[in-house]
Amino acid sequence: MATLDAPLIVSSRREHADAHTLARYLATGGYDALRKALTMFPEQVAAEVDTASLLGRGGAGFPAGRKWSMLRKAPISYLVVNGDESEPATFKDHYLIECDPHQLVEGVVIAAYALQVTQVFIFVRGEFALGLERVQQAVNDAYEYGAIGREILGSAFSVDVVVHPGAGAYICGEETALIEALEGKRGFPRIKPPFFPAVNGLYGEPTVVNNVETMSNLPWIVLHGGAAFAALGAGRSTGTRLFALAGRVRNPGVYEVEMVKNTFRDLIFDPRLGGGTIDDRPVTAFIPGGVSAPWFGPELLDVPLGQDEVAEKGSMLGSGSIVVMDDTTCPVRAAWRITRFFARETCGQCTPCREGSGWLERVLFRIESGEGRDDDLDLLLDLSDNISPGLAWPPQQTTICVLGPSIPSSIHSAIDMFRDDFVAHVATRGCPHE
Amino acid sequence: MSHLRADLRQRAEEVLALYPRPRSAMLPLLHLVQEQDGYVSTEGIAEVAALTGTTPAEVRGTASFYDMFHLAPVGRYVVGVCTNIACLLAGGVEMLEHAGAATGCAVGATSDDRLFTLEETECLADCDRAPCVQVNHRYVRTTTPEAFTELVNDLRAGARGAEIPPHGTLARVRRVAPAPVEPERLASERAAANRAREQRSATESA
Repeated sequence: MATLDAPLIVSSRREHADAHTLARYLATGGYDALRKALTMFPEQVAAEVDTASLLGRGGAGFPAGRKWSMLRKAPISYLVVNGDESEPATFKDHYLIECDPHQLVEGVVIAAYALQVTQVFIFVRGEFALGLERVQQAVNDAYEYGAIGREILGSAFSVDVVVHPGAGAYICGEETALIEALEGKRGFPRIKPPFFPAVNGLYGEPTVVNNVETMSNLPWIVLHGGAAFAALGAGRSTGTRLFALAGRVRNPGVYEVEMVKNTFRDLIFDPRLGGGTIDDRPVTAFIPGGVSAPWFGPELLDVPLGQDEVAEKGSMLGSGSIVVMDDTTCPVRAAWRITRFFARETCGQCTPCREGSGWLERVLFRIESGEGRDDDLDLLLDLSDNISPGLAWPPQQTTICVLGPSIPSSIHSAIDMFRDDFVAHVATRGCPHE
Repeated sequence: MSHLRADLRQRAEEVLALYPRPRSAMLPLLHLVQEQDGYVSTEGIAEVAALTGTTPAEVRGTASFYDMFHLAPVGRYVVGVCTNIACLLAGGVEMLEHAGAATGCAVGATSDDRLFTLEETECLADCDRAPCVQVNHRYVRTTTPEAFTELVNDLRAGARGAEIPPHGTLARVRRVAPAPVEPERLASERAAANRAREQRSATESA
């Protein structure tokens, strides 16, 4: 059974159908945290976030406090919020953007105050038509309420927040590609170093880029203190986290649970959460953190939901999305579809990613459709090795961004865990699951 | 003479005023062009180039990178069916086939009556209601073939227009807020805040 006694930090209003309105937000303590923050020095607010040791919720899991303090030396020009959620099977920012936009806006203004940034851009995925409307409405309401604009809530601090729409490109979730899109260009990730937009960000100026869920945690942290947040979870994984559960489960959905105190099994099987698999079929594999992550087999269901705990077993908690497969799932088909996604979304700048993704997709497709050749498994592994030498985890980098080296993860996992399935596809010239 | 009609031109100018540099308004402006023309037209590209201080080639080159921008006319309703991993495990491929039959479109094509264009999409981040279907980027949540057929019949009959507006993701997004604070003023305020901070840390270390 899952341990569900931790407070809901980012999804406390999920039972309210009108949680996106200012009236509901104010009735549930909205903007109290911002008022409190404005009575503190900006460094004190940043120190609370540091104490909370809040790990970024976008996928890389870099500590938000450290991201901020790296910049403390030079004044920061822009805060950019990454709401371009596109990692397959990740839908937790979608929930926060559509259902609790004021919480996001309050978190964003708190962060702007802590960083003393006066210009914020909230980048919202273009396909979130309703989300764009809700966030813009929340910004409009916050202006009228006095929480954005000149001398907010009677303080000496002024800030402007602009809602910026994306236009459909997975790669724009990569922070330097997102900045390019915000500059009105093709979403090409920038060459590193510099590794952080803190050095060279929007218009070449120091910029902080933070994820939507990261920002949404800030009101609670300010109200209850960083120590109270850090008391939840364990080790480096503090607080709670939103997990997006999908695939062959009875109750797919977004669930907020305390980090580390719960396992994948708790999340998938607890009747208050995932409720088990459809028709109680056996779990054959699951993806622990977005399609860039290597898969886990059922023997790892008891791994705790923590960043280091998952990393120790050779994968990542990534974007917090978990996809459950059962014995009706064809692993070849699953790996092929994930690879086709990468082949479609590669930006095309780097050869290993641009060419490799397409080759891998075509080889996987011919295996799945009964045209596989005897040496195709070796070919897949060899191609993968060309994209990321050694097929290690975390993967070796050969490209400008991490998209390319993430492609082999699912293929390598599928071949490792389901080699017999691949062999059967080639031997019987077809998919045994059909 | 503006290609954008008066109200959209007005919104375009409001959008431009939000950014420190005009080129940053590229994506929202292209959404506005699509709202009017249904796709990114050559005339629209010329206008966006003029507004953002770029060339038509730069505008087209940028627009072509993004999936949501159509460089050729599409149907009144763009139906997107996701077949990515979560939807794949929930019948997304079967839904796409059904959608093709129900709308009369091949994947990537537009129906003869120009009412529908069918797209196979990547993950639309609504995986707890899989398989996921969007029409003009509105979640319609038709997870069964029957529900999808009903939706198509409604759209053919001209119903659900309020729920699913035509193209233009920003059709109902309007900033109702004062113009941003003047950059010079923000710069001087920030300088004052930084001085105060330096003084504080000097006092602390003293």
